[in-house]
Amino acid sequence: MQFFSDARLSSSTNIKLKQSVMAIATCAGILLSNALSTNAMASDIAFEASGNIALEQRYFFEDALYPTQLNRSQTSLSVEPELYWQWNNGDDSVIFTPFYRVDSQDSQRTHGDIRELAYVHASDDWELRLGIRKEFWGVTEFQHLVDVINQTDGVEDFDGEDKLGQQMVNLSMVNDWGIVDVFLLPGFRERTYAGEEGRLRGPFVVDEDNVNYESSAGKQHLDLALRWAHSIGDYDLGAYWFHGTNREAYLSPSSNNTLQPTLQQYYSQMDQLGVDVQATLGDWLWKFEGIHRSTSLEDFWATQAGFEYSFVGVFESNIDLGLLMEHSWDSRGEVALGAQGSLMQNDLFVGARLAFNDMQSSELLMGFGSDLDHNAFSFLIEANRRFGDNFIVTFDVRLLQSNDENDLLYTLSNDDHAQLSVAWYF
Amino acid sequence: MLTKKILMSAVLALSSLSLLSVSHDSFALSAEEQKGLDISLEAKKRDLGWQDSTADMLMLLRNKQGQESIREIKMKSLEVLNDGDKSLTIFNKPRDVKGTAFLSFSHPVDADDQWLFLPALKRVKRISSRNKSGPFMGSEFAFEDLSSFEVEKYAYKYLGVDELNGVTNFKVEQYPVDENSGYTRRIVWIDTKEYLVHKIDFYDRKDSLLKTLTFTDYKQYLAKHWRADTQEMINHQNGKSTELKWANYHFKTGLSDSDFNRNSLKRAR
Repeated sequence: MQFFSDARLSSSTNIKLKQSVMAIATCAGILLSNALSTNAMASDIAFEASGNIALEQRYFFEDALYPTQLNRSQTSLSVEPELYWQWNNGDDSVIFTPFYRVDSQDSQRTHGDIRELAYVHASDDWELRLGIRKEFWGVTEFQHLVDVINQTDGVEDFDGEDKLGQQMVNLSMVNDWGIVDVFLLPGFRERTYAGEEGRLRGPFVVDEDNVNYESSAGKQHLDLALRWAHSIGDYDLGAYWFHGTNREAYLSPSSNNTLQPTLQQYYSQMDQLGVDVQATLGDWLWKFEGIHRSTSLEDFWATQAGFEYSFVGVFESNIDLGLLMEHSWDSRGEVALGAQGSLMQNDLFVGARLAFNDMQSSELLMGFGSDLDHNAFSFLIEANRRFGDNFIVTFDVRLLQSNDENDLLYTLSNDDHAQLSVAWYF
Repeated sequence: MLTKKILMSAVLALSSLSLLSVSHDSFALSAEEQKGLDISLEAKKRDLGWQDSTADMLMLLRNKQGQESIREIKMKSLEVLNDGDKSLTIFNKPRDVKGTAFLSFSHPVDADDQWLFLPALKRVKRISSRNKSGPFMGSEFAFEDLSSFEVEKYAYKYLGVDELNGVTNFKVEQYPVDENSGYTRRIVWIDTKEYLVHKIDFYDRKDSLLKTLTFTDYKQYLAKHWRADTQEMINHQNGKSTELKWANYHFKTGLSDSDFNRNSLKRAR
């Protein structure tokens, strides 16, 4: 296997690694006969190390709205190596992906996480995945409504696409009528929020030490999820039921400290049904996501629906242009700031994506979001390009505006910013 | 050329509908068309029965100034009888796309089914297969140049024999049936002994010569299946070129349908 760089390890560390892989597998209680029976296993272990180190610089165009916040400039450095071992021709594997970020300003953004530490065993028509993992569900681009397994790593970025690793036992079964996934999720992860010094937050800081749970088991509640996914011709379908701790906290002002009010987090239990559908019809991608969530405090429906249309080779060049439009709806409607509800209750998003299809994989994405119930909008530009073989440079601009005091965007209206990141991949 | 293409798609559409009382004889192929088709059928037939294969591919992209960029890719393919083949493409370099994987169920005439796995988000995305004329990974190969050869994808015309590096070749003109193809036609050199493709000239939508692909270092596997270790694509219009180097070809490795689904896409390495 020329792609696996066994050469990087000296023979003695190699033996140690093999032993630790054995230990992990054994500790995990995986005594699957075909996984551990043969002596050939140890000699067939292939190891790969890869990952990235990224330097990021943010610049806010205006001074902070709240006194403790950083003023204009924020620098940070993140490291995410990935270590991977496989044996039995790839049927068994272990992956370890730690992550750490150091931020110059926001102490809450200086944080680490184990994104993945998991063992996977694959058989012909089933797969067992054990450990800390990331699982994504959904089809839309501007909001990930049905994606529910992993908690959002909120301090990482504004788009909410960064997730914390989730402990799980996941059995995946492949059938002629679709793939069925069963998840047991022990151990809940609390969402991360910007700290006192951080921008991109409301007037009150979320208190990470003041957290309450509906379940008496608290963080230890065992969550369950059952999902079916299938492709029928041009249609990709998914449906699931989730029972467990709500990944979104109800935030309320804390009475602990009246001089410096903070928000306390309350994680309810929830039952959620979700559906996602994509129809891939020629140049058109039609997308739909819908959920029904039931907690002890409320019941509601929400949807995200839209399309993506591609023009191939515009301007007689190799450039592809994709046009996107999506609408968000939430049955709770418009809500006052601080009350429960969604920011995306009746919002329209349009976007354009240019893929240059050049050697450097240059891409440009522009998006515009607008609240149809009142005057609020967001605008983003994201451009990225490869330099040399190993560097990716990304430039983002995000503008947020609202004239409605009840809107979260109103509290962020001084937080327009540009962000430049240089990542080295190895 | 265009009328030819329209005529061919009309033939396909009409014959599949079988609604008309018009005799099919009126659409009968000319002697050149029949011979062109027969050569391609024979070439396809001689390679049947490979079942499945795995191979490593190195792509060297060169621009006019001679600057190089490398793509490292692993391919797994499954032969599907009476339909297009299935394939899994796994990217290793450039490093920023490492772990990205691409699953394709190709179909002779219908649009292919394609999914992309994006490792950073752990997201599987169904993608449109309409973009077959676009560049693959910024190279001079279009997606359609790398998809499996299916006889139904083209209409044919035999042009005669031609010597190429001392080997006698059939010269066959191929007209893509799919209107999304980036080409009006391809001229293919197929040797008269083993029926292997040695050279392809690609003509763009304006019917000017766009690219030339040459196949060298053919090796035979399992005493039957020939594969070229080197493929070089030269773009005559922009001066860029891309070289493909294949290694570690293995056939009949025991791959099955279960190696070509969403789950295998997510864990592909």
